[in-house]
Amino acid sequence: MEPAREPTRRQSVVDVALQTGAGTLDAQASRARALDGLRFWDKVYGWLTWGCAIGVLVILGGVIVSLFIGSMPALREFGFSFVTEQRWNPVTEKFGALAPIYGTVVTSFIAMLIAVPVGLMIAVFLTELCPKMLRRPIGIAIELLAGIPSIIYGIWGLFVFAPFLQDTLQPALITIFGNVPVLSSVFEGPPYGIGVLTAGLILAIMVLPFITSISRDVFEAVPPVLKEAAYGLGCTTWEVVRYVVLPYTRVGVIGGVMLGLGRALGETMAVTFVIGNAHRISSSLIAPGTTISATIANEFTEAVGDLYTSSLIALGLILFVITFFVLAAARYMLLRIERRIG
Amino acid sequence: MASLPMASLYASRRRRNIIAMALSLTATAFGLGWLVLVLGALLWQGFAGLSLSVFTEMTPPPGSAGGLLNPIFGSLILTVLAVMIGTPIGILAGTYMAEYGRHTRLTSVVRFINDILLSAPSIVVGLFIYEVMVAPMGHFSGLAGGVALAVIVIPVVVRTTEDMLNLVPNQLREAAASLGMPRAFIIARICYRAAQAGMITGVLLAIARISGETAPLLFTALNNQFWSTDLNAPMASLPVVIFQFALSPYKDWQQLAWTGALIITFTVLALSITARALTARNQS
Repeated sequence: MEPAREPTRRQSVVDVALQTGAGTLDAQASRARALDGLRFWDKVYGWLTWGCAIGVLVILGGVIVSLFIGSMPALREFGFSFVTEQRWNPVTEKFGALAPIYGTVVTSFIAMLIAVPVGLMIAVFLTELCPKMLRRPIGIAIELLAGIPSIIYGIWGLFVFAPFLQDTLQPALITIFGNVPVLSSVFEGPPYGIGVLTAGLILAIMVLPFITSISRDVFEAVPPVLKEAAYGLGCTTWEVVRYVVLPYTRVGVIGGVMLGLGRALGETMAVTFVIGNAHRISSSLIAPGTTISATIANEFTEAVGDLYTSSLIALGLILFVITFFVLAAARYMLLRIERRIG
Repeated sequence: MASLPMASLYASRRRRNIIAMALSLTATAFGLGWLVLVLGALLWQGFAGLSLSVFTEMTPPPGSAGGLLNPIFGSLILTVLAVMIGTPIGILAGTYMAEYGRHTRLTSVVRFINDILLSAPSIVVGLFIYEVMVAPMGHFSGLAGGVALAVIVIPVVVRTTEDMLNLVPNQLREAAASLGMPRAFIIARICYRAAQAGMITGVLLAIARISGETAPLLFTALNNQFWSTDLNAPMASLPVVIFQFALSPYKDWQQLAWTGALIITFTVLALSITARALTARNQS
């Protein structure tokens, strides 16, 4: 029998067992040592993976703590009025976050208003109507839309989409609603091209793929028996979707919508290009405005003075807290539907 | 009253069905239309400025011609840095969730938090790294940019690693264990090998995700007009240069921004299509 070689760490236990056999005392000792080594590295690896899993939690904790510390000066100075005041004056160092918060909410609202119905209808098309052969290519194309970086939408929005809106949609809106009592103030002012409406429309294009792909996934998970039963009763395709598929997947669809909303709220570059960065709340949707993320992106590197920087970090904290709750709600709902479908 | 409404009920139901289906078809055309419009404009504007000098010359001063060599190089460095930091952490965390602690409470908490980090606003990541790295160090740096991107890489890699390791059949683990292999060796030699394609897909998706990220770099890596390999100094990157050039009034700069946008988009699309092909082959 071949004499036992000193086993190295790199050899697996199997190699070691084969080589040592039932040999001499010396071989047994080295075998025990090798096994001890293996046990040791096994432990180390286990703890290492545990540490990295904890690391994910540490990142989240770090984000919250560092933003909170960074925003303390601003929050101490302005207190609660930070979120209720509209002023944003770097010269006198008076800051209020109401205008960016308003812009974030309004642009996201416009985006969801368009993206939710369109995204759901695309999902209906893909699951109920589309020929099997086209399903995958169209699905992939929609998902590619999600992969395009937001700065591409930004540059496209600035150079192509905004001038287009300036020439067509905005003048039309101004003429149509110019004499309607309430709506005239919603579409008031000169057509700049850029503004809250443009930002909302670009956001709609950006979140559309997220809503589509999640609703498609949950639609596909509806048990065929349910749909077949409805068809057997003589339901039309639309009735099956409306009265069987949608009620069954409601939680999942809402989860997908919330996920899209989370994206829209935090989206930075696409909005920064087309919103105009104006710190005021205007009743008009075609006027320039700003959002939380656009304000930070535009002003952070130019901010002089601790209070200015701190106010911008406080904006980031507000954004993170809002998106955290929206995304947490989304995940919770998607978990519920996953559990139900199994 | 019985027979006539019946017929009209049928007709109205059918009509409603046709309208709804037509709407869903329109919605799909609408969605795909945007893809065509965006990519079309990008190709049209981007190719107009695409030439060899884009890859061989530095970013120009305002109003003159030049290239994108230093931002392309900077983007590569930042991406490599982010992948080198983020991938090991992500894979190890995913390993814990799928192997050591598959059914523990910690795993479900980490999964939940990780999913939130996956879609958290990237500009907040930039602020976070500014607070913990740039402010204490006193200056912007390529290193901070790389770390900021790594924070975005980690959740993507954690997610795919966990999913892929969960797909590895338990029989493989049991067979290896019955031969006396310790757990760490089973994971490294059996599970990683079985899940290899999926895990590589995860890394590719993560690269696709960060190659267009601008917001986290704005106040970490900042920008640099010149060639720089110093990780301790500000570093140029394609997305930030596009941001700066697109918003400038100079025609040359705007053209370079379009060309840069074209380069990024093609990188991202190529990466995601490769990743998709990898998973498709793995599944079949």
